[in-house]
Amino acid sequence: MDKLWLIIKREYLNKVRNKTFIIMTFVSPMIFVGVALLVGFLTSLNNDTTRKIAILDDTSIYAPLFEDSERTDYIIIENNNLQAAIDASKAADYYGLIHISRQNNQLDEVTLYSDDSPSLGFINEIEDKISKKATEDQLVARGINLETIKDSKITTDLKLQSYTGVQTSKANGWIKMAFGGGAGYLLMMFIIIYGNMVMRSVIEEKTNRIIEIIISSVKPIYLMIGKITGTSLAGITQFVIWVILGGILFTVASTFLGPEAVQSPGNDMAMSQLENMDKMQLIINDIMQLPLLKLVICFFIYFIGGYFLYAAIYTAIGAAVDNETDTQQFMLPVILPLILSIYVGFFSVMDNPHGTVAVIFSYIPLTSPIVMLMRIPFGDIAYWEIGLSMLLLYVSIFGVAWFAAKIYRVGILMYGKKTNWKELYKWLKY
Amino acid sequence: MVRDIFKLASFRYNMKNTLEARHIVKRYGDFTALNDVNIAVPKGSVYGLLGPNGAGKTSLIRIINQITMPDGGEILLNGEPLEPKHISQIGYMPEERGLYKSMKVGEQCIYLAMLKGLSKSEAKAKLEYWFDRLGMQGWWNKKLQELSKGMAQKVQFIVTVMHEPDLLIFDEPFSGFDPVNANLIKDEILQLRDQGATIIFSTHRMESVEEMCDHIALINKSNVVLSGKLNEVKQQFRNREYAVSLITKDNAQTLQAIPDFYKAEDIELSGLDNTLDFKIRLPEDITIAQSLSDLTSLGELTHFSEIIPSVNDIFIKTVKQDG
Repeated sequence: MDKLWLIIKREYLNKVRNKTFIIMTFVSPMIFVGVALLVGFLTSLNNDTTRKIAILDDTSIYAPLFEDSERTDYIIIENNNLQAAIDASKAADYYGLIHISRQNNQLDEVTLYSDDSPSLGFINEIEDKISKKATEDQLVARGINLETIKDSKITTDLKLQSYTGVQTSKANGWIKMAFGGGAGYLLMMFIIIYGNMVMRSVIEEKTNRIIEIIISSVKPIYLMIGKITGTSLAGITQFVIWVILGGILFTVASTFLGPEAVQSPGNDMAMSQLENMDKMQLIINDIMQLPLLKLVICFFIYFIGGYFLYAAIYTAIGAAVDNETDTQQFMLPVILPLILSIYVGFFSVMDNPHGTVAVIFSYIPLTSPIVMLMRIPFGDIAYWEIGLSMLLLYVSIFGVAWFAAKIYRVGILMYGKKTNWKELYKWLKY
Repeated sequence: MVRDIFKLASFRYNMKNTLEARHIVKRYGDFTALNDVNIAVPKGSVYGLLGPNGAGKTSLIRIINQITMPDGGEILLNGEPLEPKHISQIGYMPEERGLYKSMKVGEQCIYLAMLKGLSKSEAKAKLEYWFDRLGMQGWWNKKLQELSKGMAQKVQFIVTVMHEPDLLIFDEPFSGFDPVNANLIKDEILQLRDQGATIIFSTHRMESVEEMCDHIALINKSNVVLSGKLNEVKQQFRNREYAVSLITKDNAQTLQAIPDFYKAEDIELSGLDNTLDFKIRLPEDITIAQSLSDLTSLGELTHFSEIIPSVNDIFIKTVKQDG
């Protein structure tokens, strides 16, 4: 036990003191925040430029509707010749020209001449303005009082509520997706980055030939467990530093640039549904309504289970090869279930957290950590379901680790042999 | 009944042996790496483990180090069946040397010593002694990748011996050392033996076997084909061959006059004084005195000595015979 502790300590310190680790740990969040700031800055830059748009209104009715806004200036052209107007706005380097044509004293066609592709929002804006005015004019012409229409207008706002009476906001789906998806994605990244790290360290010991000295002192299984544990602790250290650093940097950045600059597009859409503070309150309520404690506890249990399961496989692969380039043929079966779980999570789980596909994948040990984590925020997952999924995961860790240890034990002492699946199967019987 | 006899036999352990390997069998799939291998390494000896590449030496060494388990047989260390607790009593320097390249020398040695069961302060004291002894002061904080190959070998040597094991196993210990350092290490090994350690020594370098070993075992094709005290093995391989030098008047005539049963071979003419050098082999019924008188009758006998087979000869001869 003392020796296992020694190995864990060495592996941990070795990883943490590594220059790449230090650089990765401290530079990555800066890059992340830097990119976020850059995007925010560029977006605000984009919004700063005012567009100039010329309007040629044959009817003279609609042009006054276009009032200058923060981002757009409208120039009304008093000229009956379309071609001349086009030439003029082109010469003046306007964003575009809106031409409202007339036939029989009535609105005929509205055309936007522009070399750019205007956004859908902008097109809708123009269409809405003109349609509204035209409709109102028609209504007035038919002797209907506009005030009457305005007074009789009723808007409905669909309120979302669960059977038990818990109110939720319309952004609820987004929040759940952010929490579930974020946790699942984080888990996948951690497994891939640290699994690779374990694998590289096994290959290093093998090519260094120090392995014989170590395993003449301790059993290979201790070295394997020590290596996986030490590396996982290094990973946890990195994430904790990231969370702290990221939090600090994000806070600082938000204070300087205002909340808009660092908002992600996903949030934007959710936010656009907010009209008042009541809804903001609902969102906070939503987050509080999420099984947060359950999610955090499950995250750690699945995190450790998933990582150990995959790390065992990575260790076996590292032991089976002589150098990193030989690992390619074994990588696909490792990466595939991870990618599959992310896809299942984002499509099946988001669609129906209790659907057959989602349920099955949340029990299969290779995919359960990610898929179950994504299911938890979405629906009331019974404790027995989570328990069963965890049980399957942890039992399979022992199974996989047992196989991995067999391959590891033989592999670390094999040199110069190109390993394939058949060879690995033979090692299991040694 | 048979088993009881066997048990009794295994209790009749010779206290003079540090290590005994009994009926060791090791298979890798269909390949048998060790086939009923028996060796006994006496306490305080330097035991040479010889054999061509792929004979099974490394397999045996790995079993002694508990790196792999045998499929059959048992290993006794100081009379006790080998167990994990014996790890601290064995020091092993593998043929393919290896240390963590990016780890500092001192830290690395302490780590490896602690894995062998030393406490941190013990390890530090031992290391200071050895660093001092081998002129390695100032290496403590260097990373291994900054050292030359010879320097790294010294670190490797210290890692092997610093926990003062009863049994030291060296696989090709001199490869990578320049002659000065090879001599230094050789003296250190012999000193460790004088202090009571037993040494197993696996090598292809026959001259170092000749120089250092007092016992040998020759493994060929998974079997021990030859083992025992070096002197006795040599005795066994003596076949009454003698080197002779004669000064004669007429060489051709003299050669013809040598009786056929001597099987004169490797005839050479050397020097200005017509010295004839050759090798003879004495048949069983001819005494040395008889052959001396035979030879002096042919000319002036200036040299007559027994040819003692070298380990190299024994090695080549045995391996060839074994097919």
